[in-house]
Amino acid sequence: MTQLFDNFHPIVVSLIKITIVFLGLALVVAYVVYAERKILAHLQVRLGPMRVGPHGLLQPIADGLKLLLKEDIIPAGADRWVFWLAPVISVIAAFTAFALIPFGANFTITDVNAGLLFVIGISSLGIFGTILAGWSSNSHYPLLGALRSTAQLVSYEVALGFAIVAALLLAGTLSMKGIVYAQAEMGVWFIFLQPVAFFILFVAAIAETNRNPFDLPEAESELVAGFHTEYSGFRFALFFLAEYTAMVLVSSIAVTLFLGGWLRPFASVRALDFLNFAPVAVFVAAAGWCFWEALRLPAAREWRWQRLLLLVLGAGASGILVGLLIPGSAFPGAAAEDQPTFPVLEAVQGVFWFMTKVFVFLFGFIWFRGTFPRFRFDQLMDLGWRFMIPLGIVNVIFCGAGIVLSQRLGWNFIASLWLGTAATLLVAILLTRGRS
Amino acid sequence: MLFAQIIFYLLAGVAVVSALLVITRRNPVHSAIYLIITLLSVALIYLQLQAEFLAAVQIILYIGGIMVLFLFVIMLVRLDEALRQEQFNRQWFVAGVAVVVLAVELIGVIYLGRDTALGPEAGPEALKALQPNTERIGEALFQTYMLPFEIASLLLLVAMVGAVLMARRRVE
Repeated sequence: MTQLFDNFHPIVVSLIKITIVFLGLALVVAYVVYAERKILAHLQVRLGPMRVGPHGLLQPIADGLKLLLKEDIIPAGADRWVFWLAPVISVIAAFTAFALIPFGANFTITDVNAGLLFVIGISSLGIFGTILAGWSSNSHYPLLGALRSTAQLVSYEVALGFAIVAALLLAGTLSMKGIVYAQAEMGVWFIFLQPVAFFILFVAAIAETNRNPFDLPEAESELVAGFHTEYSGFRFALFFLAEYTAMVLVSSIAVTLFLGGWLRPFASVRALDFLNFAPVAVFVAAAGWCFWEALRLPAAREWRWQRLLLLVLGAGASGILVGLLIPGSAFPGAAAEDQPTFPVLEAVQGVFWFMTKVFVFLFGFIWFRGTFPRFRFDQLMDLGWRFMIPLGIVNVIFCGAGIVLSQRLGWNFIASLWLGTAATLLVAILLTRGRS
Repeated sequence: MLFAQIIFYLLAGVAVVSALLVITRRNPVHSAIYLIITLLSVALIYLQLQAEFLAAVQIILYIGGIMVLFLFVIMLVRLDEALRQEQFNRQWFVAGVAVVVLAVELIGVIYLGRDTALGPEAGPEALKALQPNTERIGEALFQTYMLPFEIASLLLLVAMVGAVLMARRRVE
C-alpha cells in the first residue's frame, strides 16, 4: 500500500487519507446509531427498526434525510451567531482529533511526538460546543444542561488524566504509535498490567461522552433534552453526529492505550497465526448471512426490494472477500522476497483489529445504557471527586513504585506491577468503606 | 520558506485582531470566544515553531481548562446588567506607562537574546536539536531546573489552599 502512495505529493496523500477517515467515520457513526437502536431493542425484547431495508439496515439514511429536511428553528432572543457556531465547534473538535489516531501500523494521518496530549486537548474543545449551545439558546433547560455538562466534564477529566498517566509510565512515550509499539515490544497489552487505570479510563470516558448512567446533562425527566433542547433539524443532527463521533474517539483512545491498538490478540504467538484470516471469516459470515436471509424471505411480491438489496449486499461482501484473497503474485514486481502471500489481507490487518476492538467498546457503551439506571447529580460528583480521583492518584503512585522496584531491585516487572495493583485495590476497598 | 511565512503572518494577524476584539466587544461571552481564538492561534504558532508539547499544553490548560471555567462563570452573570456598565475606565496615563515599560522589556529581551535565538536561516539541523520535544522539556523541568520548578508548584499549592479558605469563610 505505502509503495503505491510514494509517487504522489505528500499533501495529496494526506488529503486522500483524511477523506478516507472522514467518510469511514461518518459511515461508522451512522451505523453505531443503528446498532444502538437494534441492541437496545433486543435487550428489551423488542425488534427495533425492521421496515427500512432488510432488518432496518437503511434506517440511518432515512433518519439522516429526515433531519436534513426538517425546519431549522432559531428561538427568539437567541444569540444567533453563537447559536450557529456551537454545533460546528462540537463536530470539528470530535473529527479533528482522529488525525492522530493510529488505525494501523501503515495507516495514520499523522503521528507527532506529543500525540496523546493533542488528542486529549482537541477533544476537550468539544465542551465549548455544549456550553455555547446552552448559553446562546436563551432558555432555562439548555442553560442548566450546559452547566451540568461542564461541571461533569471538568470533574472527570482529572480522573481520566490520571488513568492516562499510568499507561504513559509504562509506555514511556506520548506518541500514539509509540504507545502501541511499546505494547508490542513488551508482548502484553497494558490492560493486563494496569487494570485499575483501565477501569478509571472506561468510567471517565462514559462520563465525558455524557452517556448513561452519567447522562445527567440530557436527563429527559428533568431537563427535556439538556443543552440541545432548542436545536432542530440539521443543527441537531450535527450535535448528534458529534456525540457519537466522540464515543468512537474515546473508544479509540482506550484501545490505543490499553488494548494494543492495531495488534492482533496474541500477536507474538506464532501458533495462532491463523487468526490473521479473521477478516476473511467475517466477510464469509456476512455474505453467507445475506444470502441465507434472502432465501428465507417470504416469496410475496412486496419483499422483492428487500431481497434484491440483500443479494446486492451479499455480492458486495463476496467481492471484498475475493479482493482480500488476491495473491501476492498478481501484483507487478512480485519477485521481491519479502512480499507476503496475501498483500491486501496483510494491509487491512491492523485496521481490522483496531476497529474490532473499538466496536467491542461501543457495544459496552450501549450495553451500559440498557442496564444501569441514571445517577443523581450529587452521587455523580461524589463518585468523581471522592472515589475516582483519589484512586487514580494512588494508582499512579503505586504504578511508579512498581516500575522503580523492577528497575532498581531487579524484581520481575509484571509481578511488581501487580503488587502495585493489589495495593491500589486495597485503597479502593478502604475508600468505599468510608463512604455512606 | 514563503509558505511558512504566509502561515505565520496569518496566525499572528488572527491572534492580534481577535485580541483587540476581546477588549472591545460588549458581550462577555463574545469576548471569551475571541480570547479562545487568540489562544488557539498562539498554540498554532507554537506548533509551527516545532514546539509540539508547548502547543498541546497551551490547548489543554488555557483553552480546555481556564477558558471553560471563564465561560462557566460568565454564564452565571446577569448579562443585562453587565451590558449597562461602563466598558472603559479612561486611565490613559497608567496604561501609557505600562505600554512603554512592556515595549522596553520586549526590545531588551530580543536584543539580549539575539545570539541564542534561532532564525529561519538556522536551517533544519538546528531545529532537529529541539526534538524529541517532550523529553527535552521534561529533562529541563525535572533535572536542570528542579528546584525552581518545585518552588513554583509549592507557590501554586499555597495559592490554591488560600483560595479554598477564602471561599469557605464566606459561607460561615
